Amino acid sequence: MAYSEKVIDHYENPRNVGAMDKDAKEVGTGMVGAPACGDVMKLQIKVGDDGVIEDAKFKTYGCGSAIASSSLLTEWVKGKSLDEVQAIKNTDIAEELELPPVKVHCSVLAEDAIKAAIADYQSKQQQ
Amino acid sequence: MTKVKTPIYMDYSATTPADPRVADKMCQYLTPDGIFGNPASSSHSFGWAADDAVKKARSQVADLVNADPREIVWTSGATESDNLAIKGAAHFNVRKGKHIVTMKTEHKAVLDSCRQLEREGYEVTYLDPMDNGLLDIDVFKAALRDDTTLVSIMHVNNEIGVIQDIAAIGEICRDRKITFHVDAAQSAGKVPIDLSTLKVDLMSFSAHKIYGPKGIGALYVRRKPRTRIEAQMHGGGHERGMRSGTLATHQIVGMGEAFEIAKNEMATENDRLLMLRNRLYDGLKDMEEVYVNGDLEQRVAGNLNISFNFVEGESLMMSLKDIAVSSGSACTSASLEPSYVLRALGRNDELAHSSLRFTIGRFTTVEEVDYAIEQTRAAVEKLRELSPLWDMYKEGIDLDSVQWAAH
Repeated sequence: MAYSEKVIDHYENPRNVGAMDKDAKEVGTGMVGAPACGDVMKLQIKVGDDGVIEDAKFKTYGCGSAIASSSLLTEWVKGKSLDEVQAIKNTDIAEELELPPVKVHCSVLAEDAIKAAIADYQSKQQQ
Repeated sequence: MTKVKTPIYMDYSATTPADPRVADKMCQYLTPDGIFGNPASSSHSFGWAADDAVKKARSQVADLVNADPREIVWTSGATESDNLAIKGAAHFNVRKGKHIVTMKTEHKAVLDSCRQLEREGYEVTYLDPMDNGLLDIDVFKAALRDDTTLVSIMHVNNEIGVIQDIAAIGEICRDRKITFHVDAAQSAGKVPIDLSTLKVDLMSFSAHKIYGPKGIGALYVRRKPRTRIEAQMHGGGHERGMRSGTLATHQIVGMGEAFEIAKNEMATENDRLLMLRNRLYDGLKDMEEVYVNGDLEQRVAGNLNISFNFVEGESLMMSLKDIAVSSGSACTSASLEPSYVLRALGRNDELAHSSLRFTIGRFTTVEEVDYAIEQTRAAVEKLRELSPLWDMYKEGIDLDSVQWAAH
């Protein structure tokens, strides 16, 4: 299938690949998807005292669109507040990457991953 | 390393280019200066010349598999041959019974023909292969019933390249007077076939899998003991009433030429392909978590189907953009279904999603194989760096113990 140039760019030069200490209090981790379905996304955010995301990292097992969706999202969330990030919709990602209909689920997964990472961070703060 | 010309074609099981010798021959059967007549025109020399060409091609095809030319029926390809064999034999024998036995790893042309017969009230048993892709003969025997009229088992599997023991299966079918169909699209010209000793009643062939043109195939229909099928295509009564339609002389000539070349060159070609396949496998097998799908011994020389655990097949293919291979995971469909063949082997979903099929052939070179090794290793390493599953594997986490949220 033909990929958009943006997908290929993120796939060939993925941004913010890596991992952070998942036990650190200021780090939120979201892992979504399943190997059986062909994609698993792990997204991590590091949140500063001011509630702004200082850093974001990802690792993704999946097709090119899944890798591009998570790479793009890490770029977007850096420097944003948690509230701003909550407002990011999967359709924004799908539009930016020009994902074909059969790949829209990749953007849904990315949205799920960041929501899960925020939820993980917030639950750590309440402890 | 030597610079290779890209893109590199390593998808010979999907189709092969026509051998230039085949294409040259075909061109002589199209234009006003060539032999363009209708082989069925028995009233003039244009027709006679075309008929002679078809006769010669019929012999060339029959010779490769040691059959009688009168046992060859031209079709549009192996899909049509499978349809004609399965529906044709099932319909003809309907008074004897309505039970058919086949395998889950068959080509869709066989499986979908069987599905159609199920809709017509037939009963079909779809057998699981063993882990290595081969049919367990005892399981097969146990599946046969008094009302079984047809068995359809492919010779060489298109995805994993394993070779079924059609000699043993044929003996069992013949003893029980059950018609035996073999889809040989992937085996003719690659594995020796002797229909004078094999107890096969119907066999499907394709031209474009062995360097002939697309759009032409044949069905072998045994004369002794006589195998009867009901026609699926009606019209002028061509091919002794089994398949009507004007014969495509240039296609048929191309298929004949391709089969003759295969007969002459198969032995040497197989030695070379096996050397290249082993070179490819040797170049990849020392990587961690690499698994060959299907039996490595009972296998055609040109096939290597291999899973790179924790790497997803579609993204792997995206990395290998200079190399034309196919993936076991049909991820382009919305359903994200991994290969049904690999699933039938009992491969877990991860490994089924992580597979690549390399199929090499007549025009593959050592340089191309070396390039494929280098590119594949680099791509797998890159994608594992990106893979959270790889990290978990390295941390010693059992992925089966994780509660995944299936989506």
